[in-house]
Amino acid sequence: MSDHSHKNCKAMLGSLSEYIDGELPPELCQEIEQHLAGCDNCRVVLNTTKRTIDLVQMPVEQEEVPDDVRARLFKRLNLDDYLPQT
Amino acid sequence: MSNAETTKISIDALRNGDRAEFARMVDAYSAPIYRLGLKMLGNSQDAEDVLQNTFLNALTHLADFQGRSSLSTWLYRIASNEALMLMRRKKPAFNIEDVQTEDSDEGLMPEIFVDWSLLPEDELLTGESKSAIDRAIASLPENLRMAFVLRDIEDISIKETAEILNLTESNVKTRLLRARMVLREQLSVYYGERLTRKEEK
Repeated sequence: MSDHSHKNCKAMLGSLSEYIDGELPPELCQEIEQHLAGCDNCRVVLNTTKRTIDLVQMPVEQEEVPDDVRARLFKRLNLDDYLPQT
Repeated sequence: MSNAETTKISIDALRNGDRAEFARMVDAYSAPIYRLGLKMLGNSQDAEDVLQNTFLNALTHLADFQGRSSLSTWLYRIASNEALMLMRRKKPAFNIEDVQTEDSDEGLMPEIFVDWSLLPEDELLTGESKSAIDRAIASLPENLRMAFVLRDIEDISIKETAEILNLTESNVKTRLLRARMVLREQLSVYYGERLTRKEEK
């Protein structure tokens, strides 16, 4: 907590994506976690950024290509004869 | 690319003009390419154009495909170029904002510190919230949006995203961080208001 300064907040933010993606070496993770323990704002930023990523990754309702779009695509590519196999 | 991961497409068969194999490739990669078009352009008509143009282009340039990158990377590269070209045709004016976001720190520092992350899932994912999320993604400058869609929505690795967009990995990481920060800020405005309304009740 003693090392808390806005400089550390900025450094934390610069590494935030990589921290969330688990791409940082353990010693850097430890530094970030120490900073987070003493900085409410950075903790909020971390939690809400993680949640933002979760939300956009929620399974999309329309995972597949609609049938009519697929039919027009196959026609455009002259692949109509392969169309019945869905 | 769930379909694509389980479907092994033969490059040799494609090069030899095997139409059945091309049809298999189209079915394996259509869904992610259509989604990319939807997220980048924001409407189904343009997403369909991206989808058709990607495979028409792939058909024309199959002979040039050297196999140095994976089939998936190659198709995504064509699709992302098609999406960007279509976006630029629709918005021909030079977008200075897209250039500025690349190097400046502007917009990177968070300003809203409301912790809405513990709101229950059913409140985070109402129909209205989903539209707010889509609007936030649509408002990202195109270069940030492309990196974000490939990495965070399609779950493509940083390395492959860099190959697709012809950028360095560090450049992709920078774009991704900015995109995530912009989205977090916008969703914080939206969910922050919901949280306040809830507390007032």
